[in-house]
Amino acid sequence: MTPRDKIRNFSIIAHIDHGKSTLADRLIQMTGGLTAREMKEQVLDSMDIERERGITIKAQTVRLDYVARDGQPYVLNLMDTPGHVDFAYEVSRCLAACEGSLLVVDSSQGVEAQTLANVYKAIDVDHEIVPVLNKIDLPAADVERVRQQIEDVIGLDASDAVQISAKTGLGVEEVLEAIVTRLPPPKTGDPAAPLQALLVDAYYDLYLGVVVIVRIVDGVLKKRQKIKMMRTGAAYELDRVGVFRPGKLADVDQLGPGEVGFFTASIKAVADCSVGDTITEERRPTAAALPGFREVQPVVFCGLFPSDAAEFEDLRAAMGKLRLNDASFTWEMETSAALGFGFRCGFLGLLHLEIIQERLSREFDLDLIATAPSVVYELRLTDGSSLELHNPADMPDPVKISEIHEPWIEATIFTPDEYLGGILKLCQDRRGVQKELSYVGARAMVKYELPLNEVVFDFYDRLKSISKGYASFDYHLIGRRLGDLVKMQLLVNDEPIDALSMMVHRARAEQRGRVMCEKLKELIPRHQFKIPIQAAIGGRIIARETLSALRKDVTAKCYGGDASRKRKLLDKQKEGKKRMRQFGRVEIPQEAFVAALKMDED
Amino acid sequence: MTPEARGFGIYIHWPYCSRICPYCDFNVFVARRGEQEPLIDAVRADLRGWRERTGPRAVRSLFLGGGTPSLLHAHQVRALIEDVDRLWGFEPEPEITLEANPDERGRLADFASAGVGRLSLGVQALDDERLSFLGRTHSAHDARAAFDLARSAFRSISVDLIYGGPVSVRGGGASAEAWTRELRDAIRLGPDHLSLYQLTVEPGAAFAREVRKGKWRPLDDDAAADLYDVTEDVCSAAGFAGYEISNHARSPSHISRHNRVYWRSGDWAGVGPGAHGRLTSEGVRRATEAPDRPADYVAAVNTTGWGAAVAEPLTTLDIARERVAMGLRLLEGLPATDVEELGLSFDTAGLKRSLDAGWLTETPVGVRLTRSGRLVADHVAGLISP
Repeated sequence: MTPRDKIRNFSIIAHIDHGKSTLADRLIQMTGGLTAREMKEQVLDSMDIERERGITIKAQTVRLDYVARDGQPYVLNLMDTPGHVDFAYEVSRCLAACEGSLLVVDSSQGVEAQTLANVYKAIDVDHEIVPVLNKIDLPAADVERVRQQIEDVIGLDASDAVQISAKTGLGVEEVLEAIVTRLPPPKTGDPAAPLQALLVDAYYDLYLGVVVIVRIVDGVLKKRQKIKMMRTGAAYELDRVGVFRPGKLADVDQLGPGEVGFFTASIKAVADCSVGDTITEERRPTAAALPGFREVQPVVFCGLFPSDAAEFEDLRAAMGKLRLNDASFTWEMETSAALGFGFRCGFLGLLHLEIIQERLSREFDLDLIATAPSVVYELRLTDGSSLELHNPADMPDPVKISEIHEPWIEATIFTPDEYLGGILKLCQDRRGVQKELSYVGARAMVKYELPLNEVVFDFYDRLKSISKGYASFDYHLIGRRLGDLVKMQLLVNDEPIDALSMMVHRARAEQRGRVMCEKLKELIPRHQFKIPIQAAIGGRIIARETLSALRKDVTAKCYGGDASRKRKLLDKQKEGKKRMRQFGRVEIPQEAFVAALKMDED
Repeated sequence: MTPEARGFGIYIHWPYCSRICPYCDFNVFVARRGEQEPLIDAVRADLRGWRERTGPRAVRSLFLGGGTPSLLHAHQVRALIEDVDRLWGFEPEPEITLEANPDERGRLADFASAGVGRLSLGVQALDDERLSFLGRTHSAHDARAAFDLARSAFRSISVDLIYGGPVSVRGGGASAEAWTRELRDAIRLGPDHLSLYQLTVEPGAAFAREVRKGKWRPLDDDAAADLYDVTEDVCSAAGFAGYEISNHARSPSHISRHNRVYWRSGDWAGVGPGAHGRLTSEGVRRATEAPDRPADYVAAVNTTGWGAAVAEPLTTLDIARERVAMGLRLLEGLPATDVEELGLSFDTAGLKRSLDAGWLTETPVGVRLTRSGRLVADHVAGLISP
C-alpha cells in the first residue's frame, strides 16, 4: 500500500496531435517503465485503430514509479483520456478519479476546441492544472503567444507553464517534478474504514475476462475479498488485484486509499459493470455511495446489415463481443424490406459509429451496409401522446403528427482567421444560429447552435476540408427544439429504398434530394432498361434523374493477350455481383448506400 | 473438346515501332539501333524453349504482331517461319500472318516471298484528318497504295480501321455519314477481311492523358452503339459477315484462324517481350507471360531457355471464365459443353436475364449473342459465366 501523500493521480488533457501520447510514452520511458526495446510507439493506444488514427478511444491507465528530486519515491498514476467529443464521458470518468491534470498545448498551434471543452471539465471537478507547452523545438513554436492565449481563453495562470518537447525529451523531467510538487495527493482516505471505491471503467480481456478499473477512496481492496457493487447489488469474490504497469498487469497484495488499480472477479460482460458505481465490502458496506456519472445516451443511430444475408448470425456474435468492451454502443434487431435482417444501432457520435463499423469489418471480417445516420426525434402526435423516433422507416403517417422536435447542439469551433468566412457559411447553411464570435490573436472562436441532424452527415468532413484541417470542433447537446421536418424517400425504378430514407428540414429537402439522385445515378450501374431515380416527400416528387439503359459495354479488340485481362474483369464482375442488392428489377451495389450519403455540397 | 481440336497457334510479338501511336497500350518501344539482333536471337531460342514444353503439335497459325513486325527484314521473317516449320511443322494450308504499316509498302512483297500468306494492314483510317488525330505517319493515299501493292502478293489481306472518335476533334470520326463513306471506301479496295475497332481510350495510352486533361471526351456509349449498328449494316450489305464482335470476313475461308485459336481457347505459344500464351500439358492449363522490357526478356531466355517468366496454372473456374469471355464474342455462339465439360454450368439467373433482355438467344448447342447483345458482350459474359 502506498502512503497517500506519495500518490499523484493525474490525467493529460490535449487536443489531438498536440502530443499527449508522445508525452505519455516519454514519461513511461523516463521512469523506467519500459526498456527501449519494449517501447512501441504510443504504448497506451493499444487498439490497432487507435494507433492508426492517432486517437485514444478507451481510457487507459498506467502506474509509474518516480524518485523525485526530494529523494522520495512517488507513485504516479497516469490516466490517459480520449480527446474526441464522442468519448467525452470517458474523459469525465478519468477526471473524477484524479486530483490534477496536465494541460498539454502545442506551442505552434495553440488552444483548440477540444482542449477547451476538456479543461473546463477538469476545472469543474476542482483539478489542479499544470499547463505544459509542447513542441517548443519546432520553428513555428510561439511560446509567448500560446501562454497568453491560455490565460486569455481559459483563464489559467500560465506564467510557470512547463516548456517541453515530448519528441526529444527536452523538459520532460520538469514535467515529472511538476506532477510531484504542483499536483496534490489524494485528499482523504482511511485504510481502516469500510471499502469505498469508484468503478472507473471496465474492459474485456480475452484471457482474463472483464477487468475492472477502480480508484480507492476509503479502505483497502485485496485478493479473495468479497465485494458488492452498490448500484447493481451484484456480489463477487475477487480473483486478482493489481496495478497497470506499462504494457502489463502486475498483481499487488492490496490497494489502499488514493490508489488506482484493477481487479478481476469472474464477471461475464462489461455491461455487468455499471461505470460510476461504488464498490464496497459485502459484509461491511460503506454508508454512502460516491456520486456516480451521468448515464451516456446514444445520440446517433444507423442500421447495420450484413451485405451477405447469411452473415447475420456472425454479425450478431461480433456485436456481442464488441459490447463486452464497449457498453456505450447499443442495438436492437431491425428488419428492412430491402436489406433483410440487421440491427438498429445507437452510437455516442459519428466517430464512434465509424469506429464500430470499422472494428466490425476489420476484427470480424464482416461486410456491412450502413444506412443513413439519424438522430433521435421526438414526435408529438395529434392524440396527445409522444414517441421517440430512432429510424425514419418507423415514421407514422404524417397526418397523425402534430410536432417534430429535433436535438440541437452548441458547437465551438476554433479556426485560423482565413477560413472563418467559409465556416460561417457552412454553419449558416446548416441552419445554425450564431451565439458568439471572438478573436484570440489570429484565431477565431465561434459558437453556433446547430440541429444535430445537420451535423451527423458530413459536417465534420466539410469543416475539415474548408479549413484544410486547421479548424477544431467540439459540441454538446443543448436539448430539443421544434423543427419543420419531413421524411424524404428515395425511389429507384419506383421502388422506395428504405435504407436511404431520411428526415430532413423542409427547406433543405429539395437540394439534398437532388444531390442524392445525382449521386445514385453515378453509383448504380446501367441496366437493360431506363431507371428513374426520384426523391419524394410523401407522394410528391421533389427531384428526379434518369439512368439511361445499358447499350454498350464491350471492348472492340480482343487478342490473345486479353484473355487474362478479360478473365480478371469477369472475376471482378462476379465479385461485385455478390455485393449487389436487388430492389425490384434493379441491382444496387452496396457501396452506393454509403457513398450516396457523403454529400459533396451544395 | 480436346485442347488439340481447339487448335495451336504461335504468336510472335515484335515490340518495336518507329513511333508510338497515342491510342496504343500494347507493349511497344521506339526502335533503337543495335537492339534488334539480340532480340531476334532470343525469340528464336524462345521458340525452341516452347517446343520442349508443348511437345510435338501441328501449328495451325503463326502470327507476327506488334509493335511493327514489318520493320523486320524479310530474311528474318523467313528464318522465324522456317524455325516454326522445323520445330513443330504446320498443319496443311497454315495461316501465316504479318502485321504491316502502310509506310513499309515498298517491302511488302518481300514478306510474301519469305512465306507470309496473310497480311494485316494497319490502315486505321482512310481520311487524312483522322489519320493525323490517330498519330499515324501515313496518308490515306499511302494506305491505298500499300493495299494495291500487296493485293496480288498475298492470299488474304485484312484491313484494320479505327472508328468512333471524339465529336469535338476534327477527324474524330464520330459522324455516321462520314464513317459509312470511309468504310465503303475501304471495302471498295477489295480486302478479304476487316477488323473494325471502336476507339478505346486505354488507361496506359497517350490518349488517356489527353482525356484526363479534358482535351477531348470519348464518344458516349449511345453514340458508339449507333455507330456499331451502322458498321454492321454497311458490312453485311457488302457481303462481309461479322463473325466476331469487331471482325468481318468476305468468306469463311478468310476468317482469321489465328484469332479463332484465342476465341475458342486453344493453346498458343506467346513469344517475344510481353507476350501472353496458353499451354495445356499433362492436364494443367497455364497462362504464360513474358517480361515486357526487351532486355528482361532476352535475359530470361538466356538464363532459362524460355521467355515465359510467369506460367500460372489456371483453375477450372478460370478456364471456364476465359472460355465464356472469349468464346461469346463469336457469332457462331458458345457451346454449353465449353463449361459443362469442366464440371460447371452457366449462371442460371444471369442466363435468364440475358435471354429476357434480348441480348442472348439459344442455339441447338448453347447460346449466341444477338445484335444488341454484341454491344454488351462483356456484361453478358459476366452474367452467364459460372
